[in-house]
Amino acid sequence: MSDAPEHSPTFARVSLARRLDRAAPYLLVPVLVLLGYMAIGVPSSWLTLTVSGLAMGMMIFIMASGLTLVFGLMDIINFGHGAFISIGAFMGVSVLFWLPGWTQAASLPLNVAAISLAILAAMLLTGAVSWVFERVIVRPVYGSHLKQILITVGALIVLEELIVVVWGGEEIFLSRPEMLQGAITFADAALERYRILAVVVGLLIFAALRLVLQRTKIGLIVRAGVQNAEMVEALGYRLKLVFIGVFVAGSALAGLGGVMWALYEQVITAGMGEGMMILIFIVVIIGGLGSVEGAFIGALLVGLLQNYVAFLEPKLALVSNIALMTAILMWRPQGMMPVMKGH
Amino acid sequence: MSDPILTVEGVETDIAQYHILKGVDLQVPRGQVTMLLGRNGVGKTTTLRTIMGLWRNKAGRIGFDGRDLNKMPIADRCRAGIGFVPEDMGIFAALTVEENMTLAALSGPLDPARKDWLFATFPPLRTFWKSPAGTLSGGQKQMLSIARAMAEARSLYLIDEPTKGLAPAIVSTMVRALRELKAQGASILMVEQNFAVAKALGDRAVVMDDGRAIWSGAMAELAADPALQERLMGLSMEAH
Repeated sequence: MSDAPEHSPTFARVSLARRLDRAAPYLLVPVLVLLGYMAIGVPSSWLTLTVSGLAMGMMIFIMASGLTLVFGLMDIINFGHGAFISIGAFMGVSVLFWLPGWTQAASLPLNVAAISLAILAAMLLTGAVSWVFERVIVRPVYGSHLKQILITVGALIVLEELIVVVWGGEEIFLSRPEMLQGAITFADAALERYRILAVVVGLLIFAALRLVLQRTKIGLIVRAGVQNAEMVEALGYRLKLVFIGVFVAGSALAGLGGVMWALYEQVITAGMGEGMMILIFIVVIIGGLGSVEGAFIGALLVGLLQNYVAFLEPKLALVSNIALMTAILMWRPQGMMPVMKGH
Repeated sequence: MSDPILTVEGVETDIAQYHILKGVDLQVPRGQVTMLLGRNGVGKTTTLRTIMGLWRNKAGRIGFDGRDLNKMPIADRCRAGIGFVPEDMGIFAALTVEENMTLAALSGPLDPARKDWLFATFPPLRTFWKSPAGTLSGGQKQMLSIARAMAEARSLYLIDEPTKGLAPAIVSTMVRALRELKAQGASILMVEQNFAVAKALGDRAVVMDDGRAIWSGAMAELAADPALQERLMGLSMEAH
């Protein structure tokens, strides 16, 4: 047997078409923004709608990011995710109601501190509830999608009823903190202060998730686990513990998203999370199961498209996102940035 | 046999409704290479996966280095000192070669001296260090799969058909690497269909048929006896 020759391969030039194909998902958002500009025609209206769409997209991303990781890593279809959004919203709003001095003060630091505390409380509660949820509801049905759908839908209903028991069944209206009300004018466009904050929070969450997933060992384990859970175990990592961590973190992010969405809509109901699930599932599916980047791009597309279409042709707003999902799945049936499974 | 590192006694494994292992008994001597041979579908891969814990045995006992593996989780088997190279290589295609190797280093960053040894053994790993593992050729993926198992010293390696579908020159590289591993004191249990490789590497052989180990002995004895090969495996392996 002769030895293998030394390998000194050179890297081939990647064709423009292939590079474009790889970059296509990243280009969709700027392309949609450009198309929106051409269709709307009025720069100030376009800018207002774009910021609004980005804010909506960021909030949907925050809510969807945990679900896509749970899908990808654990192969769990969790319809109960919507309940964590509602629980987070109710907990966060309760904290805001307990801090009227902070929310009504004309002080941005105090207002932001109040929202931060509300978010912290919401994430802690949803994280704790989701830990119990994983042990009691999800763990017995690993490996069976039908059972997962049935039991998590049932759990969603139970959790919504528990919200009604604790907080009552009426809609709760709320005002945004003083300094986050109203809009600023930029280039003749009215940009709501809260929406700008939502964009900033969404970007921070995305950056933090990217940092954890790309630069830490635990992120490496999660990314590997999404591709081949069995092999990660064989390399010495107890993936079940990672599963629980991801489930709790993903649910806590849903709680965070619930607080942000509550302040966006300025009204909360026990069923608000359930109402968001269609948009969240669209984002997870078009992004590619398990892909945080895909969910980010998908959420921005959904938010922007909904805002542009609602302005241009309100009757089509409801179907625009279904049309978007159909188009993307016809182009890439596995979603825009599917996670490669196996080898 | 003195001081086996691995002892498998009466192990039975079912996969879904199929009864695959019907009472496997085998031992792997410390510091030696044991080849697990037999026709396709006799339970060789299932035996390795059962030892690693990827399939649970419903009966029998697996002992490793004085410990009972039966109730031990998969991850703990690796931490106890078992390295595993699956038949499908188990490469994380979306991760880079570097990330695949980093993941395999359980106790911290990859040791520089070990990394240099792996680069010297498998030169393509250095070239494609920052490339996604999914872009590697079949042979390079197999090198990565084996290098990943070697990222930290393990006392036992379970290796499933490492030369399957590889060019002869790459096979030689694999054989050299596995010899070096053995020289470092590791024990190896390896499934192999290429009899030339089995002969070149193996100290001992275990032949399986219909979910059981039907023969075990010195590899040289099996290699020297075409009639025995014919009787145990249904064909003369000298032809390979």
